[in-house]
Amino acid sequence: MRTFFKLGFVRGLLGQVLGTLFGMGLVTGTRAALGYDPLWAAEPAWVIGGLLGTLGFMIGVGALTDWAKWAIGVETPMHHGAPAGQPEWTRYFAVDLSHKVIGVQYTVWGIMVLLVGGFLATLFRVELLQPGMQYFTTDRYNTLISAHGIIMISAILLGVGGMINYLVPLMIGASDMAFPRLNAFGFWINVPASLLLITAMFVGGWDTGWTAYPPNSLRTALGGPLFFLGFYTIGISSIVGGLNLLVTVFTMRPPSMNLFRMPIFVWAAVGTSVLQLLATQLVGLAMLMLIVERSLHMGFFTPVLNEAAIALNSPPGDPVLFQHLFWFYSHPAVYVFVLPGLGIISELLPVFARKPLFGYKWIALSSIGIAFLGFLVWAHHMFTSGMSNYLRLPFMYATLIIAVPTGVKFFSWLGTLWGGKLTYPTPMLFVLGAISVFLLGGLTGPPAATITTDLYLHDSYWVVGHFHQTFFGGFMFPFFAAMYYWFPKVTGRKYNEALGKLHFWLMLPSFWVMSLGQIWAGLLGMRRRIADYDPALGVQNIQVWITIAAFVIALSILIGLYNFIVSARSAEVAESNPWRSRSPEWQIPSPIPEHSFAMPLAVVGEPYDYGLPGSVYVRMAPAGAGD
Amino acid sequence: MKHFLPVTALVVISTFLVAAGIDSLHLMPQNASVQGETVDWLFGLHFKLIAFLFSLVIVIMVYAVVVFRRRAGDDGEGMHFHGSGTLEFIWTVVPAIIVVFFGYIGTTTLITVTAAQPDEVAIEAVSRQWVWNFNYPDDGFSSEELYLPVGQPIRFDLKAMDVLHAFWVPEFRVKADAVPGRTNVLRITPNRIGEYKLVCAELCGTRHAYMMAPVKVVSREAYSAWVAQKVAEEAAKNTPEARGAALYISQGCKGCHSLDGSKIVGPTWKGLYGSPQELTDGTTVIADDEYLYNSIVKPNLQVVAGYPANVMPQNYGELLTDDNINNIIAYIKTLK
Repeated sequence: MRTFFKLGFVRGLLGQVLGTLFGMGLVTGTRAALGYDPLWAAEPAWVIGGLLGTLGFMIGVGALTDWAKWAIGVETPMHHGAPAGQPEWTRYFAVDLSHKVIGVQYTVWGIMVLLVGGFLATLFRVELLQPGMQYFTTDRYNTLISAHGIIMISAILLGVGGMINYLVPLMIGASDMAFPRLNAFGFWINVPASLLLITAMFVGGWDTGWTAYPPNSLRTALGGPLFFLGFYTIGISSIVGGLNLLVTVFTMRPPSMNLFRMPIFVWAAVGTSVLQLLATQLVGLAMLMLIVERSLHMGFFTPVLNEAAIALNSPPGDPVLFQHLFWFYSHPAVYVFVLPGLGIISELLPVFARKPLFGYKWIALSSIGIAFLGFLVWAHHMFTSGMSNYLRLPFMYATLIIAVPTGVKFFSWLGTLWGGKLTYPTPMLFVLGAISVFLLGGLTGPPAATITTDLYLHDSYWVVGHFHQTFFGGFMFPFFAAMYYWFPKVTGRKYNEALGKLHFWLMLPSFWVMSLGQIWAGLLGMRRRIADYDPALGVQNIQVWITIAAFVIALSILIGLYNFIVSARSAEVAESNPWRSRSPEWQIPSPIPEHSFAMPLAVVGEPYDYGLPGSVYVRMAPAGAGD
Repeated sequence: MKHFLPVTALVVISTFLVAAGIDSLHLMPQNASVQGETVDWLFGLHFKLIAFLFSLVIVIMVYAVVVFRRRAGDDGEGMHFHGSGTLEFIWTVVPAIIVVFFGYIGTTTLITVTAAQPDEVAIEAVSRQWVWNFNYPDDGFSSEELYLPVGQPIRFDLKAMDVLHAFWVPEFRVKADAVPGRTNVLRITPNRIGEYKLVCAELCGTRHAYMMAPVKVVSREAYSAWVAQKVAEEAAKNTPEARGAALYISQGCKGCHSLDGSKIVGPTWKGLYGSPQELTDGTTVIADDEYLYNSIVKPNLQVVAGYPANVMPQNYGELLTDDNINNIIAYIKTLK
């Protein structure tokens, strides 16, 4: 029990509750001092409470402690290992500066958030089994789809953070990330943010989707501002995480590892981090502006002013401005989600094909090309917003051009498979599944890119199908490939191969059924984000299939998690390099010791020279030899 | 090279099968507009490209998975090559040419479907939570049903009075958002007589799913007869009660207040006048002229128990004249 209350996580939760109550008290006290009636004003109380609650969590968990000590000149030596006098497992529930612990924290919290988001999806999929409203009010339904969207996005960002934080320092032979305290801060800020999003569902919900378009988001219930605040807080994590990764990659590689000798996943992580660092500010700003417009009636985004705004002589605003700010981040965000996954595909294929990665430089540069083009296409989400053709057409061309670097990846993957000696353990199955699913996403994109056809597809179920294909092909399948592939490295144990294959063979076909069903429903004229549908559309059978498939996907993921948990506790001990990989992290023991590399790393070959006799990628040199 | 022929043959066969499969599914509702013909033509082109690219990648992948699988007992490594500059160049340049070509087609077709027609007729489509209303400015009336004469180019002027909405009739193919504070334009020339449904395609709040309106494309004769009937009804509407009934529709009251006693979002208007209303603060008032006036102008002042505050727009006091409001009250009096 003593141990329990010493856990940073528990103290953080306590801090969040206290901070929230303090914020609410501050608002109510101020209103009392100013003589306002009634004393309780829900929205400012929850917004200030949510803000101070987040701060309370960060103080409670201890993410700010070292910085506070620096401010008053107290030294803070790097601590390695569990907190003094505590068992090893408590590290994972506290601020820990090791990138390996933080990587696991990101991944595990990401999976928990993923389970919440997936559970919400199963709820509204049941509602969609038949026309009419059976189990939910339309308001509740709208909250469910909105929460599913943003919670899944935060789960994906957490999963991406998990893979990048765990793998990149190992792959470049670094002792840790460049800024370990910032790294811990970047993870822990996600926890109060997730709790804010979940709280938002229970204080009235919100019915704007994850896109939060005003003016509707300015009128929606109290869940709205808590959702904006949670979204904003997640953004802070992305910005500091992106910064940290870029500094790490550019300053902490061994001198012998030039950019074109990095493992390919590192290139993908760089592309993702550039986007996280440079684009996230805009959506954070947009969320803040919504909060300010709601609470202070400053007319940023609405031309239809309410009484309070008129009384304040606030000039009218423009709802379309919000869409620009929102999509300037939220389109690149798609590449934040998928670039690491595509990197995983490129990373694993040579290992299971036993031959070099086809066109390393082309794949590496295509990641950077996608990241760069990702900044130039945001307005394709606004093709129906009323922009003139002169504005729409350049965005159409930029969007279509993204097919070129994406195509380079596909063809290079096929080139890597060609002539290999392929084996199909679970990680390889997930990689091949990912390629097939991402292909669907790639093929359903162009019809939505050419404006003429997008005028039909926009805001239809086609779009729902398209982005689920992109996220499953670009994140979910590669994420599980990575989970199975690095499981022996992280835990030192073998996962159960039969259960892993069962997971895959349930998830792949059911995903195909689900997403092709969504594409079809969209072509038949089904709008997205509707609580109820017209029986005359003829989509009910399709909806039944989608729902069944969604449940099979959920079941398969539970089987996967069962496999991970049981295998981590009691399975057979794995050898240190079961896949015969050349990558640095496989050349050291499993699980990896506290100080990953006993000796500095020296690159002496190409990363993917599988099949070249006598060649190795890295060698451990005695300290001092290389520097 | 021994793989070249079988792979090519499989890609060709698969392309035809997938393309034929897509064709046979009748994926979209039947087109009913001139603009839609252009849209469908481009869809056809896209589906052919999809069938080819899908086959190209899937066939090569499945072929490699089968042919290059590790045989039992084989412990060797794969072929050793790092790539091919020629191949990478080809599969960069050829797709680039294809997407630029699609961009060009996308441009010309977009110009076609958005082009102004010399003889077009303007109809104003006004959206608000959660109803559509159509103003026919040439004939001076408004309607809840969208009647359109077949073959007549229409320019829809889209307006939104509260939040974002979007105008979409799937059979007409094209859609556009209705944005508060501006007028977006959508051009449609219906070319098939029939009954369709206009839906809102932008999430607009609680009853978004139900924000629909009937669309009737009729012959020019039937359209003229309908216009004449609407004009006559308009003339007969010159009583306060009838003007109130029209405002009930045009101002969106019907989105939240039913006439048959059912609860939508706000209290029903059936039997409302003169009835006692219990408020959220516990008091009870009689729904007289003064109460109704206040409830329209300052809806948050006296909220009926069991109904949410802050849902009804606060700006009806500016949108409506006192005459308008008195007409609405007169209309409510008739609803026993």
